[in-house]
Amino acid sequence: MASTFYGIPMEVGLTPYLIVAAIVFMFGVINVSTRRNAIGILLGVELMLNAANINFVAFAHYVAGGVNGQVFAIFVITLAAAEAAIALAIVMAIFNHYQTIEVDDVSTMKE
Amino acid sequence: MDNPTGLAQLPLKTLLFGIISLVVIGSAAAVTFSRSLVTSAFALLGTLAGAAALYVLLSADFLAATQVIVYIGGILVLFLFAVMLTNRIDDVNVSNASMSLFAAAPIGLIVGWMGLHVALSNAFTILPVRDTNPTAIKIGDALLDTHLLPFEFVSVVLLAAMIGAVVIARREVRPSAGARVAAQPETAAKKPEVQS
Repeated sequence: MASTFYGIPMEVGLTPYLIVAAIVFMFGVINVSTRRNAIGILLGVELMLNAANINFVAFAHYVAGGVNGQVFAIFVITLAAAEAAIALAIVMAIFNHYQTIEVDDVSTMKE
Repeated sequence: MDNPTGLAQLPLKTLLFGIISLVVIGSAAAVTFSRSLVTSAFALLGTLAGAAALYVLLSADFLAATQVIVYIGGILVLFLFAVMLTNRIDDVNVSNASMSLFAAAPIGLIVGWMGLHVALSNAFTILPVRDTNPTAIKIGDALLDTHLLPFEFVSVVLLAAMIGAVVIARREVRPSAGARVAAQPETAAKKPEVQS
C-alpha cells in the first residue's frame, strides 16, 4: 500500500489530534475570559474539557495502548455532567434572585 | 491488494479526519465568537459531535457512544434549557463584550502556543501496532478492577450532585408564607428573599 496519495498521508498520526485539541482548548480559554454571561463561561469550560478528552483518547491510542486513557475520559465526562448540573442549578438560583446572570452584575456573595 | 473498488487506495481516514477537525474547530470558533448565546449553545453541538467522531477514528467506540449519550443528550440539552429559561431569546447583544477580547487574546495565544509547542515537539514514542478491537469489554473490566475506587467515588459524587442540584435550584418557600407564595408565584420572585 502506498504511504501517500498525491501527497496526502494514508494514516493520521498523533500530532494532528493534538493540534486540534490545542486549538479547541485555546478557544475555550478565550471564551471563558471574554464572556460576561455565566452560561457562556460554562460553555467555554465544556470546550476545554472536550479538548482534554481528545488528548486522553489520542494518547491512549497512539502512545500508551490499552484503555486507561479512555477510562479517564469517561470519568471526565461523568464529572462534567455533575458539574453542569450543579453549575446550572446555581445559575438558575442566581437568576431567580438577581434577575440577571451577567457575572459583572452579580459580584456579591450576600446582600 | 486485490480490492475491486479501489477504495483502499484513497486516504479516506485522512480525508475524514480533515473534515471532522474542520467541523470541530469551526464550531468551537462559533461557540467563542458568536454574539448570541443560543447560537453558541447550538454550535457546541458541532464540537461535541465532532469529538465523538474523532473518538471513532481513534477506535474508542464505547467512548464515542458515551459522548453522544451523555454530552449531546444530557449536558447540551441542559444548557439549552438554562439558556432559554434565563435569557430573552430575541435579545442578541447580551454577552461577549468586544473590548475584553484585547485582554483575552494574549492569554488564549499563550495557551494555544503551549499546546501547539507540545503537539509539534514529536517527543512521544508512537506504538508500532495499535489496537483497533472493540473496547466495551476491556473498559468494563478496567472499571471494576483497576479503577474500582474512582468508580465508587464517582457514584458518590453523582449522588451528591443530584441532591445538591435539587437543593440549590428549588424554590425557596418560607414556612409561614408558603400558601401565599404558592398562590402568587409571579410576585414571589421579585420580593427580597430571606436568607436562610
